[in-house]
This record gives sequence, structure tokens and C-alpha cells, in this order.
Amino acid sequence: MTPPASTRPARYDGTAIAAHWVLAALILINLALGLYMHDLPLSPLRLRLFNWHKWAGITILALSALRLLWRLTHRPPTDVPMPRWQRNAAHGVHWAMYALFFAVPLAGWGYSSAAGFPVVWFGVVPLPDWVPVDRAWADALKALHKSAALTLALLMLLHVAAALKHHVVDRDGLLQRMRPFGR
Amino acid sequence: MTKILLSLIATLVVGAAAQAQTVDPAASELVFVTRQMGVPVEGRFQRWSAQVSLDPRKPEAARVVLRIQTDSVDFPAPEVTAEAQRAVWLDTAKYPQAVFQSSAIKAAGNGRYEMTGRLTLKGESHDMVVPVTFTQSGERGTASGNFVVRRSDFRIGEGEWTDASLVAYEVQVRFRIALSGLPTS
Repeated sequence: MTPPASTRPARYDGTAIAAHWVLAALILINLALGLYMHDLPLSPLRLRLFNWHKWAGITILALSALRLLWRLTHRPPTDVPMPRWQRNAAHGVHWAMYALFFAVPLAGWGYSSAAGFPVVWFGVVPLPDWVPVDRAWADALKALHKSAALTLALLMLLHVAAALKHHVVDRDGLLQRMRPFGR
Repeated sequence: MTKILLSLIATLVVGAAAQAQTVDPAASELVFVTRQMGVPVEGRFQRWSAQVSLDPRKPEAARVVLRIQTDSVDFPAPEVTAEAQRAVWLDTAKYPQAVFQSSAIKAAGNGRYEMTGRLTLKGESHDMVVPVTFTQSGERGTASGNFVVRRSDFRIGEGEWTDASLVAYEVQVRFRIALSGLPTS
């Protein structure tokens, strides 16, 4: 049962806001890293970038799990008034993004294992290989990782465009809800 | 018939003291594990031959010669396999074969042996002691063990790859040689 609008806060709470911006930054950096590194010829640079990309990816996976836990146990602010189709689209995109926060790094982790490169977080914590070494699995998971990452990038673009549309065109103050250091 | 003939020839060549055994490639393996920025990456050599003449009753008289086709190096990732052939790594074009030749074998009890020998790889030769565990069942037997090879001793990974934080110097080698034709007393 949803509590009345008056008892629900106008902004996301501090943890949700911090998680949003920290993960947005990490995800953007890792997308850029992935785009830059994936076609590099084998070299010390490529080895370093691939490992940093994987370590960042696992960090994103772990933080996303904590963030999801927080989201499921802490009520977000009521939606700003908007047509029903926009509200549905917003929720749909948000949940699709949550799904991709997990699908992208999980596919990457599986791809790495299948290609014969176990994932050792920061070179210190060995993570289990839940996919066996297998060329076919490596190719399939590589393709999945790439397409899921690109889909996430597109959704993020859409997400930013929509947020700006609300703030600049609708002038409904929507950005206040996620503004760091705001009130 | 051919097998018997080959065994006979091998016996004549090696000498009457020890009989030559046959290696079963399907049940044998030569694997190594590199550490790349903390990540264990395993590769293997797919083509190698071993001349083994071993009489478990007199292990000190045993002789082992292992010849490895360096271009049979194989990693799960094809780009790594291709890279390993290059001059900075194994330089398989210039050094197509690596050889390990035993010089002495000492029993250490309980089916364990210490095999001293010389490994020649990429034109460099170094002596090493390889611990071997040997088990026998009838005329079949298995020699296995693992030991560390320092890639830097053999100039494997030169130039920009001499950085040990990228690929560690210590490479763990693991082998299993399945033999048949052992004397059963």
C-alpha cells in the first residue's frame, strides 16, 4: 500500500544520490575504457587496460548489488506529475538499466573466464570461474557483453535527455530530486 | 609387430641396462601457468616427445630426454597463442625446439625422485632439479610433477615485457608423462 504523497520525501535520500553519481561516473569511465581498449593490439598497455576495466567492472557489480538492496528497502520520492506514458517509460528505462548494471559485468566476467583469463579482483581476490574455458562460450559472452554495454550506453543517453527535458522544457524541478548537495 | 621392432631398436640404442618406454600422448600433458598482473593464465605445449628409459628397480640409471616443439604452444585465447610465438617471447621461428636432458636421478622415497637435468630453451641452457612422482601399475606408469621455471633465465618476455609486474618471472610448469613398456619384476 503506497503511503500518501505528503509523507514521501521530495528528494532521493543521500545514499541513493551518492550511489547514483558514483556509479554513473564509474560506468561512464568503464564504457569509455572498453571502447578505447577493445581493438588495441596486444601490448603492456592493453594488458593493463583490460585488467583495470575488469576490476572496475567487478566493483560496479558489487556496488550495484548494494545499491539495489538500498533501492528495494528505501522508498524513492513520489513521481513528479507527468503523463502516464512518460511515467511508465521512466520506470521502464530505470528497471532496464538496473538489469543491465548486472548483465553487463556478469557477461564480461563470464567471457573472461571462457577465454582462459580468470578474474582476479585487483590482482588479489580470485573470483570463481562460473563458465568453463570454451571458445564458443567466449565468443557468445563477448557479443552479449558488447551489445548489453552499448544498450546501457544508449539508455543512459536517453535517461539524461529525458531528465534535461523535464528540467528545461517542463520546468518541473525534477533534477532537484537527484542533485548532490541540494536541499 | 612394429611396436616390438621399435622397442628392440630402442633397447639396442639405449643399451641393455635399461629398456626404453613408450609415451602415451593422449594421457600426457605439459602445462604451464603464467601470472599476468596477478591473474593465472594457463598454456600448454601440444607437441612434444619424450625418450624415457627407466627401470624402476634401478632409477639412477634412467635417462629422460624431452623434446618440445615450441610452436605447439597453445593458450585458450588465440591472440595470446600468436603473441607467444613472437621473437620477444618464445621466438619459435628461430628456436623451434626446446630440450630437457636428464643427467641424474635420485630416489627420495615413496615413489618420489629428484631428477637433475639441463633445459635448453630459446638458446639458453640452465641446470635444474625437477621433483618427479612416479607410480606404476603393471607395465604402465605415470611420471608427474611441478616445478618453477624463471622466464627471465631464458629471455622469454624481452623488451617492454621484462616488467615482472605485467607477467611474473616465475612460471609454474606441470607435467604428466604416461608410460607403457615398463619392466615388471
